[in-house]
Amino acid sequence: MRKSRWLAGIAAAVSLAACAPVQSGPAQPAGDERTGQLRVWLFDEVNRAAKEKVVQEAVAEFQGKHQGVTVDVQYIQVQSRAERFKAAFSDPASAPDVAEFGNTDLAGYVSAGGLADISGEALNWEDVHDVLPAALDATKVDKKVYAIPWYIGVRALYYRTDVFTELGVKPPSTLDEIAPLARRIRAAKPDLLGISVGGKYTYGALPFVWGEGGELATSLNGKFTAAIDSPQAKAGVAKYTELLRDDICPPAQCAGNGGDASVEAFRAGKAAMTIGGDFNRRSVDASAAAGKYAVVPLPGKAPGVIAPAFGGGNLLGLLSGTKHRSLAFEFTQLLAGKQYQRKMFDAMGNLPTFSGLQRELADSVPAIKPFTDTLASGVKFVPNTPAWAKIDAQAVVPTMLQEVARGTKDVDAATKSAADAMNAAFGS
Amino acid sequence: MTAGPAARGQGRTALGYLAPALLVLGALLAYPVYQLVVISLFDYGQEQVSGGAPLEFLGAGNYEELLGSARFWEVLAQTVGFAAVCVVTTLVVGAALAVLATRVRPWARMCLFLAALGAWATPAVAGSTIWLFLFDANFGLVNHLLGLDGFSWTYGKWTAFGLVAAQVVWCSFPFVMITLYAGIRAIPGEVLEAAALDGASTWRTARSVVLPLLRPILVVVTIQSVIWDFKVFTQIYVMTGGGGIAGQNLVLNVFAYQQAFAASEYGLGAAIGVVMTVVLLAVTLFYLRALRRSGEEL
Repeated sequence: MRKSRWLAGIAAAVSLAACAPVQSGPAQPAGDERTGQLRVWLFDEVNRAAKEKVVQEAVAEFQGKHQGVTVDVQYIQVQSRAERFKAAFSDPASAPDVAEFGNTDLAGYVSAGGLADISGEALNWEDVHDVLPAALDATKVDKKVYAIPWYIGVRALYYRTDVFTELGVKPPSTLDEIAPLARRIRAAKPDLLGISVGGKYTYGALPFVWGEGGELATSLNGKFTAAIDSPQAKAGVAKYTELLRDDICPPAQCAGNGGDASVEAFRAGKAAMTIGGDFNRRSVDASAAAGKYAVVPLPGKAPGVIAPAFGGGNLLGLLSGTKHRSLAFEFTQLLAGKQYQRKMFDAMGNLPTFSGLQRELADSVPAIKPFTDTLASGVKFVPNTPAWAKIDAQAVVPTMLQEVARGTKDVDAATKSAADAMNAAFGS
Repeated sequence: MTAGPAARGQGRTALGYLAPALLVLGALLAYPVYQLVVISLFDYGQEQVSGGAPLEFLGAGNYEELLGSARFWEVLAQTVGFAAVCVVTTLVVGAALAVLATRVRPWARMCLFLAALGAWATPAVAGSTIWLFLFDANFGLVNHLLGLDGFSWTYGKWTAFGLVAAQVVWCSFPFVMITLYAGIRAIPGEVLEAAALDGASTWRTARSVVLPLLRPILVVVTIQSVIWDFKVFTQIYVMTGGGGIAGQNLVLNVFAYQQAFAASEYGLGAAIGVVMTVVLLAVTLFYLRALRRSGEEL
């Protein structure tokens, strides 16, 4: 008796509570107020002071032009950005008007309904047509523009000139030459890694896949299918993982490394080569390898060809709940415009996304030429779908590389299970 | 039910006294668990949370996906094994040191307690990071002392698990030690004296007098340890870089985070949470029943 009354009570309480998980309403395509506070989120950086100085300048210029407008800039941690953005999308009242984010984040944010479609404004902006096409492509989902490229990052091959001169070797001219060369250097200098790469270094491995003519995935009518188990992609994976061997970069030391750790070994003077970005240049200049290194584009399959690099970079976009649409776009236009991209290059070394500006800089700063050459020869991007964020979070590519490096699976089996994991993510 | 009006009135009064506690428990425990179960029945990702896509009721879909994946079973087995080793080692180390603490001089006991409290008070992230430094392949103190320069503890599956287990034991034995020490100290001296007068050996006293008296405390520390070690997250996440080379050191909690929460698959993540809760409840109930069957009132 009493028990059944209890159960009835519980059942009543349960049916009173909502029977479905909470959902916040879609952010209202808000207003277009011309005064008030514009809220901006930018990424925090190790050398934030330099970034902050340029941004402050832009804020002052913007506030000078617009009476009654203040700009509040917050610096958010890169590591926890996913949580911050998810929270902002779920609660539009706490969201900023303008935000910086990585171009690999874009597709996920768009499908979450968090970003405003700015195709109209963006394509009417004259300067946008000078933006590198690959950089602009990374701002689009289903042909709609959701952001403006702020800067771009590509990786190339760093090598130690002193070691190369001493051993009388030349930088590799094809992908195939990298492993034998690295092996030879390590044999001659056993305390050096032949080339410092890592099992978690997805963006270091992708040029090998692309250079061999492989793809991560192919898309047909917006539906993605994994292609990492195609013969070309497998050749690329095999070529990259060949570097994760005891006679080049021992897996016990390298299999757990991502990009930062890979470059760190080069900085510490413990590697003869590495794959590093233009954004690593300054830190290498302040390391044990300073003055003893040079950079060349990562070679492709044939001599004279550059392996397609991953076109990473950061974007500035408008959140869909912004109440200051015009102001927000104008501020984005200012900060991502040629003048401030140039200032950001001077302050931070961030590569501009305008091709004219890149050419100009390559003439005056020869050190960035390998990177601009890589950009000019064409960069590639990860599949532009929200599923990629999931594949990234589930560490599908690092797991594949590490399985081969550890020897727990061969290339065929590892790429097969990676393809299965990707297809599962694409399908859901 | 034959309760008279007086008994019913008493029941009502009792309920009145219990109501605040029940309310707090309901709000802090029952409601979240209920939400967890509800979410686990839906396709609930970031799109759905922020209202960009409609909710889709999957029923048991998330559970089917989970239970049908070989990877899940592998990780579950790994988690159970890892937790079992950690629990047993923690109990043995904690109990041994508790006994030691009752036998040594006050200053030695004080040192032991201070060291244990230090380990206990260290935040898990800090503790894990410090252990990583100590066991670093090239610059670590341990490799330097052992002459193992260049040996990576986190590369091999079993050395990585062993290292993490050692860290888990290090930060959870103090609870066991201090609780058991208090328990041993609470055993009346007369009882031990009586046993001694009856001519019982030390071993016999420990087995027939001390252990039975400590039983309720042992039950509590065992269940606590099982729950802690089954749910370990920080140590694995920090020390093996998010689950080890190719995910070889994944345990359920980290697996749930990686596969579901970081990937914004909250429905699937909730399903993993529900499965973990059920497993823990089952283990605890099984343990309690086994004890009761052996004739112990708790």
